[in-house]
Amino acid sequence: MADIPSHIPSRIPSRIPVRRTYKLYVGGAFPRSESGRSYPVTSSAGVHLANAALASRKDVRDAVVAARKAFPGWSGRTAYNRGQILYRIAEMMEGRRAQFAEEVAAAEGVGAGRAQAIVSAAVDRWVYYAGWADKFGQVLGGANPVSGPYFNLSEPDPTGVVGVFAPPGSPLLGLVSVLAPVITAGNTAVLVASERAPLPAVTLAEALATSDLPAGVANILTGRLAELAPPLAGHADVNALDLTGAGGLAAELEALAATTLKRVLRPGQDDWADPDPGLSRIRPFVETKTVWHPIGR
Amino acid sequence: MPDTIPGSLRAYLHGLPGVDEVGVRRRAADLATRSIKTTAKRAALDLAVRMVDLTTLEGADTPGKVRALAAKARRPDPADPTAPPVAALCVYPDMIGVAAQALAGSGVGLASVATGFPAGRTPLEVKLADTRAAVAAGATEIDMVIDRGAFLAGDYGKVFDEITAVKAACGEAHLKAILETGELVTYDNVRRASWLALHAGADFIKTSTGKVAPAATLPVTLVMLEAVRDYRAATGRQAGVKPAGGIRTAKDAIRYLVLVKEIAGDDWLDPAWFRLGASTLLNDLLMQRTKLGTGHYGGPDYYTID
Repeated sequence: MADIPSHIPSRIPSRIPVRRTYKLYVGGAFPRSESGRSYPVTSSAGVHLANAALASRKDVRDAVVAARKAFPGWSGRTAYNRGQILYRIAEMMEGRRAQFAEEVAAAEGVGAGRAQAIVSAAVDRWVYYAGWADKFGQVLGGANPVSGPYFNLSEPDPTGVVGVFAPPGSPLLGLVSVLAPVITAGNTAVLVASERAPLPAVTLAEALATSDLPAGVANILTGRLAELAPPLAGHADVNALDLTGAGGLAAELEALAATTLKRVLRPGQDDWADPDPGLSRIRPFVETKTVWHPIGR
Repeated sequence: MPDTIPGSLRAYLHGLPGVDEVGVRRRAADLATRSIKTTAKRAALDLAVRMVDLTTLEGADTPGKVRALAAKARRPDPADPTAPPVAALCVYPDMIGVAAQALAGSGVGLASVATGFPAGRTPLEVKLADTRAAVAAGATEIDMVIDRGAFLAGDYGKVFDEITAVKAACGEAHLKAILETGELVTYDNVRRASWLALHAGADFIKTSTGKVAPAATLPVTLVMLEAVRDYRAATGRQAGVKPAGGIRTAKDAIRYLVLVKEIAGDDWLDPAWFRLGASTLLNDLLMQRTKLGTGHYGGPDYYTID
């Protein structure tokens, strides 16, 4: 037998590690960016964690198309069914608790106990909105007393496709807190994840994909905010924007949204720890439909 | 005038070189990767709009719908006067009168399907009467379906004679022969049917009715473009090609234009020699045109639902 050349390591590992590819979530599938690009993601301490897909404006366009396609089906479901599916998302997140906690700890630089608490809060947020799904209609709408022989009803209808910029500082709890109310109301969402800490968003996408949420209802993009935000804000087929994570771009995005008549939510400082955010994030993404019905005799 | 073919038609058509199926698919896929940007894209989008045969072939077509579509054919984008009109409006024979009135003086062609569209399973007399009635009512282009049953049974003479007879009944109107490539099964058959239709006097060869899947595909269109190119080289007469059915996005349309330029040549890059049979495609072309102008993506809310 010949001698083994010296540059080959004497011990070959018994198993080659299988590493995860962090991809986009568009139309229920996990594509890489159309551009083929990716970018390095580091922990809060600067340690390289993984490479995430660097989405392009064409990925934005594809995501909007997927969201628009999903809208009639999702908004047409009963509120009760939407609530059940949101609860199912909570179940799926709970099953991936360890993975979420690890990613939150790395991204936010918090200890294991705090990370677990954040994951719990994120799971509970889905349960919270699952409860609201078939109840916000009664709060925001109702029978109106009118002076005339009419039966008059108002009900909140979903606005349509909503572009959401997730808060950069809270990559899991903040992300869930902005995404959940949008889809609770029956909208479909194109969400741009935190640029610095996108990994929890990709893991959430994997939970969404296994929780009966129809393809295209939530679409998650990772990449540079400055590259993705203008095409999303200017897209004429997007009906509303949540500028929570838009930072310094917010004013420019509001101007772009105005050219195509979008509803815009530009909240102040959010406290993600608040367990009861109420309807503050549902109300901006519904349209009140009022029906006049003559009282027959 | 039909060409005279020496010897038997069967021997002639089966003597055509076979199509390299893998090669054709590969070539079409390679050409589909071409990237067309900025000014070239703008020119391509405008050319594609000018090549559209705006089509409505539904049992539920009403005079109102045809008039609405005619208005769209004349001026596709009311918000943008620089958008050119389409090549033609394509309707069922009973709608020609309404369409002719709505298109009067616009320069937009009026195509009518005839000869028992889409199956074509009617006697020859009925097909000829159908054609004459359409021309009399004002159609400037006739889209006929060939008899696929006879073609597949090997009765090429019958198909040839039928096209010749319909061409005669067309008079001044242009004749487009629909091969219905989805039913011809092989690329060899597509090539034979193309040459058969061209020799019989068709002014255009068209892929499909739009009622059979698969409809137009890039490889099939490639084979047909080769046929019209080689037919002109052999006889001196130029004929056009019209893919129809399944072309829904501006990106698809631009891929077809690349195919036309690379396979047939610049002479065919004109609405007189290449058409796109489509209905939803036009909105996407307009949306892409607007996007080049405004810089942001448009939405279907801003365009008519046809």
